[in-house]
Amino acid sequence: MTAVRCVDLSKTYRQGDQEIRALDHVSIDIDAGDFVCLSAPSGGGKTTLLNAIGGLDRPDSGEIYIAGERIDTLSKAELAELRLHRIGFVFQAYNLIPVLTARENVEFVMQVQGVGPAERRRQAEQILEEVGLEGMGERRPAEMSGGQQQRVAVARAIVSKPALVLADEPTANLDSTTSDELIDLFTRLNRHHGTTFIIATHDRRVMGYARRLVKMLDGRIVDDIRQHAA
Amino acid sequence: MSGVLRISSALAWRNLWRNRRRTAIMLAAISVGAWAMIFLTALTQGMVNEMIRDGLSVLPGHVQVHHPDYRDDPSIANLIPVADGELEDRFDAAGFQDWSTRIRVPAVISSERETRGVTLLGIDPARERNFTFVDLETLDGRFLDGTEDRGIVIGRKLADTLETRTGKRVVVMSQDPDNELADRGFRVIGVYRANLPSYEEQFVLIGKRTAQQFLNVDDRVTEAIAIGDDFREVEPVLQEVRALMHGDPVTVNAWWDLDTYLGAMLPMMDGFVLVWVIVIFLALSFGLVNTLVMSVFERVREIGVMLALGMRPSAIRWQIVVESMLLLVFGLVIGNTLSFASTYAIRDGIDVSIVAEGMEMMGASARLVPDLTVDNVVLANVVVLVLGFFASLSPAWRASRYDPIEAITTVQ
Repeated sequence: MTAVRCVDLSKTYRQGDQEIRALDHVSIDIDAGDFVCLSAPSGGGKTTLLNAIGGLDRPDSGEIYIAGERIDTLSKAELAELRLHRIGFVFQAYNLIPVLTARENVEFVMQVQGVGPAERRRQAEQILEEVGLEGMGERRPAEMSGGQQQRVAVARAIVSKPALVLADEPTANLDSTTSDELIDLFTRLNRHHGTTFIIATHDRRVMGYARRLVKMLDGRIVDDIRQHAA
Repeated sequence: MSGVLRISSALAWRNLWRNRRRTAIMLAAISVGAWAMIFLTALTQGMVNEMIRDGLSVLPGHVQVHHPDYRDDPSIANLIPVADGELEDRFDAAGFQDWSTRIRVPAVISSERETRGVTLLGIDPARERNFTFVDLETLDGRFLDGTEDRGIVIGRKLADTLETRTGKRVVVMSQDPDNELADRGFRVIGVYRANLPSYEEQFVLIGKRTAQQFLNVDDRVTEAIAIGDDFREVEPVLQEVRALMHGDPVTVNAWWDLDTYLGAMLPMMDGFVLVWVIVIFLALSFGLVNTLVMSVFERVREIGVMLALGMRPSAIRWQIVVESMLLLVFGLVIGNTLSFASTYAIRDGIDVSIVAEGMEMMGASARLVPDLTVDNVVLANVVVLVLGFFASLSPAWRASRYDPIEAITTVQ
C-alpha cells in the first residue's frame, strides 16, 4: 500500500532577485511502513518536499496523496486536521512547548484531538517509557538534555499512532551517541508500530539505517536506492 | 470545556507567568487604573450627591406642591388653594418618609444697622428637624420650639452682615396677599451654621403659624413637600403626591424640575463616569496590547509548532484572548480591592475646607464623602473587560495568522 505519492511536484521560491527552484518535477511513491531517508546538501529540496508531504507548504504544481487522499487541494483547516490525526512531526530544534512538562508535551496532540485526560495520561506515560524517559514526565524541557528533549519530541510525534512520521534533521543538534540512540528508537518504532518514517537528513549514520535512500540535488531526485538497513 | 480550549487556557495561564516582571508591571497598571476608575468615581459621585443633597435640603424635599403660578412669582399671593390642615391630613396618611408644609416668600430683614433681602421660611420645626439645612448641633441659641414660636432663626453670615446676634431684635418686611406691606419685629433666638455659607445669608426661619398670622393668610401655605427614601428614585413619591392632589389646581414637581442645575447633575455624572472610565482604559489598553504583542512575539516558534501539529488558528486566538482576560481579571480584582479599601478608609469623608470657596461655587460642601455605587463598580469592570477583549483581538488575530514553516524557523 502506498503511504505517500507525489506526482510532478514543483515549487519555486524568490529570494531577493533570485529565483530558487526548491522542487523540480519531483515524483515519488513511498510504501506504508517504509523507512525512507531524504538526503541532499543544504538547499537541495529535502525540507521543502517534507513540508509539502506534511501539508505545511503547498507546491506550485503537482499532486500529493497521503494514503490515497489528495491533500494539495485541501483547505488550511483540512490540512490542520490531517496533520493532527495522521502525521507526526519531529523537528530539528525539538520545538517542545517550554511551559509544558514532558508528559504534557506528549499529551498536547491528544488533547487537541479531544482524547480524555485518563487515556491521555496512560498513553503518554507508556510512550515516555518506550522512548526511555520513564520517571521524567514532570520535567520541563529546560530541565532536560538535548537528547531527552528530542525523545520527548519523538514521543509527541508517535503517541497518537500516526501512519506517517516526518522528521527534519532530527539528529542535527545531537552528539553521535544520542543520535544513534534516537535512530535506534526510530527503527524500533518503525518495526513495532509499522509507522512510515520519512527523515530528511544529511547525517550518514541515519542514512545507514534507512531501507530506502532518496538523494536530491537542486530540487530533483537524482538517486533512489533500496538498501539493507544497518 | 473541550480539550483544545482546556490546553489553550492552560497555556495562556502558564505563559502569563513566563515573564513575571512584565506581568507584574501590567497587573500593577491595570490595578491602579481600576482603582482610579472606581475610587475617583466614588469621590466624584460623593461630591455630586452632596451637592444634590445640599440643594435638596433648601429646595427642599424630593417632590413639591405649589400654586400653578408660584414658580413664576414666588409671592404670598400664590398660595396652595387647599387648607394647610387638609394638606397635613393627606400627607400624613400617605406614609412618606418625611413631609412638611410651609410658607416660603421673599422678605426684607433689617437690624438697626443693615438691611438685606432674604427668603422667609415659615416652618413646623417638629416636622423639619430631620431634614433641615440648619446644623442644629452648632446652633447658637435655640431652634424654633413650634409653629407659634415668636422668635426668628437667622444664619451666621447674615447675623454678621446685620451686625446682630442672639437676643437682639430685627424687623422683617414682606407683602400680604392683598399686596399690602406686612412687617413685624422678631427677636433673634438662634444663629445657625449651614454646610454652604450662602444659605446662612439667604434663609431666615420662623414658626409656620406665626408666619401665617404675620402675612395674614389664615390656614394656608405656599408649598408642601414630600421626601422618599432616595433622591434618585423619586417617581413613586411623585405619583403618590399627584394622586393626593388630584383635582386640585396645583402643580406637582420633582426636585429635578424645580432645580434644573441639580437635575442635570445626575445624567452629567453618569456621562462623566463613562468618559472617565473609557479615558483611563484607553491609556491602559496601550500597555495591554503592547504586553500581548511582546508575549506573542516571544513565542512565534511555539505558535508555529502548535499550528504545525494541527492546532487550529481559532485555538491560538483563544489562547491570547484568555491570557488577556486573565491579566484583566487579576488586575480588576486587585484594583477593586484597593478601591474598596480606600473608600472604606475615608468613609467618614475628607476635609477639603482648604478649597471650600471653590467647592461652594459648585454647590458642594467642604467635606467630601465617597459614594461607592454598585452601578459605577460594575460599569468600570465591564468597560475594562469588554474593551480589553476587543483590544486583545488584534494580537490574537496576528498570532493565529502565522505561517507554521516561517514561525518554526524564526530565530529567537
